[in-house]
Amino acid sequence: MFQEEKITASKEAHAPLGETARIYIMGKSHDVPQGLTILKAMEYAGYRLVRGVGCRGGFCGACATVYRKAGDFRLQVGLACQTGIEDGMYLAQIPFYPAPKPLYDIRELTPSAETLFRFFPELARCIQCNTCAKVCPQGLDVMRYIAAAQQGDLRKVAELSFDCLSCGLCVSRCPAEVAHYHVGMLARRLCGAHLVPKAAHLRTRLQEIREGGFEEELDKYCSMDKQTLQGLYAQRVIEPEE
Amino acid sequence: MVIKPAAVRSGRGDEEGNVVDQEKKTLGYYPGCELRTRAQALDISARKACESLGITLQELKDWTCCGGLVAQVKDNYMALLAPARVLLQAHTQGFNELATLCAFCFNTLRRASFFLERHPEARRKLATFLEVEMLPQVRVLHLLEVLRDRVGFDRIRAAVRRPLQGLRVAPYYGCLLLRPAQEISLDDPEEPTLMEGLLKALGCDVVDFRSRTDCCGSYHIVTNQGVAAQCAQVILHSAVDAKADFLVASCPVCQFNLDWSQAGHGNTGVPVVYFPQLLALALGEPAETLGFDERGAAMLREGS
Repeated sequence: MFQEEKITASKEAHAPLGETARIYIMGKSHDVPQGLTILKAMEYAGYRLVRGVGCRGGFCGACATVYRKAGDFRLQVGLACQTGIEDGMYLAQIPFYPAPKPLYDIRELTPSAETLFRFFPELARCIQCNTCAKVCPQGLDVMRYIAAAQQGDLRKVAELSFDCLSCGLCVSRCPAEVAHYHVGMLARRLCGAHLVPKAAHLRTRLQEIREGGFEEELDKYCSMDKQTLQGLYAQRVIEPEE
Repeated sequence: MVIKPAAVRSGRGDEEGNVVDQEKKTLGYYPGCELRTRAQALDISARKACESLGITLQELKDWTCCGGLVAQVKDNYMALLAPARVLLQAHTQGFNELATLCAFCFNTLRRASFFLERHPEARRKLATFLEVEMLPQVRVLHLLEVLRDRVGFDRIRAAVRRPLQGLRVAPYYGCLLLRPAQEISLDDPEEPTLMEGLLKALGCDVVDFRSRTDCCGSYHIVTNQGVAAQCAQVILHSAVDAKADFLVASCPVCQFNLDWSQAGHGNTGVPVVYFPQLLALALGEPAETLGFDERGAAMLREGS
């Protein structure tokens, strides 16, 4: 998961310190510069993160954290790369939260409420408490997509759960023990496989790949030396954002 | 007053021998947390008294808190969250009344509304959890009630374009439309007339049907299928005995149990339909648009 490894050199590089905050990582106190994110603070304190870290930009969902602030008994959650530290904060990483991951052949499934309930019967235990949505670091309306799942509205599940990072924080707090992110994943897959129109351009491109249309180009890049490749990468054309 | 040492009797129980029997003078004993802390006198004195009486209080090993107040609380509102949220949805979308069709939903929502109306503390706590100022009062209605009280059976009779003459129907209420009577207050829980009134207005022959307020077995179907099958078979045979062409329900759970039982525990051939299917049919909607199953559609063809 993560190893504690004192990297003294990096600490020296941060000097001078300025204002510091005292935080408690898995119960152990550390004085770290104010203004860091939880992720940066952990690294500053000497943790080398192997799991529980990913894109560092709030996209991948790998760095779920639970914490308590000074003077507040409530457990709070967030992404370590997006949440700032506060003086007196107690925290720990949750790189993964256990949830059953069913195996299925998506082509053999019917896109229906019955299919979702077959794999996730605990869906029926939802009491609409909305705790899942309250903890979602993506601000998704998780309870609404679970309601849509119960109603067999797979398109809606797919739409509402689209930005899910699978961080598992919803699962960690659900009194009904629903595995929300797997439900959303299955619904999106069912939607993609059975409900939305097939993209014609995708079919064409897959056909081109199968016929070996890109082999020559790939071979060309594979035989290049690293320096040439890096040069080409630096010169690549990026599509402008809309 | 001088308290003299009492003559110690041998440790006997009461006349029935309930407290201490002759053979067994040792009682399992649970002191509780207070007796360990503030109320040690209670513990110590009881032990001494019992010792004198020949009773041994043998303290449980590794005992834990009895749960105290928590076990007694009546304000566990978690189960009300879901219906309260629905009532809130109705209110925020501009409705202070909400019509329902499924008897299960109707029962759940109407009872929640009934409870919340009478428990301001529950309303306040749920509002806090739901992050709203106030939990609104929303009246939960069943469509049958709307048809009876708002539209009126006479107006329905006048609107019928295809009277269902000669159709013998058994109105089936089950439990949830009627009970508990005080909370639901839709109709007489034992002798209801609501569905009869509607079906008569549609021109149907309403049969006298003894199982009309019996339970369909409900969620026993999940854990105790024999019970569910038996409940359903009794209802179906009661409809057969009354020579009904259709059994008319308002609840999807009843409908499911009845048809499930027909599929696996004895097919009576009686189609189970929902009341609005017959209502829409009588009002002139084409039968094929109303979702009748094969059995129901066949019965309609035979009848016409």
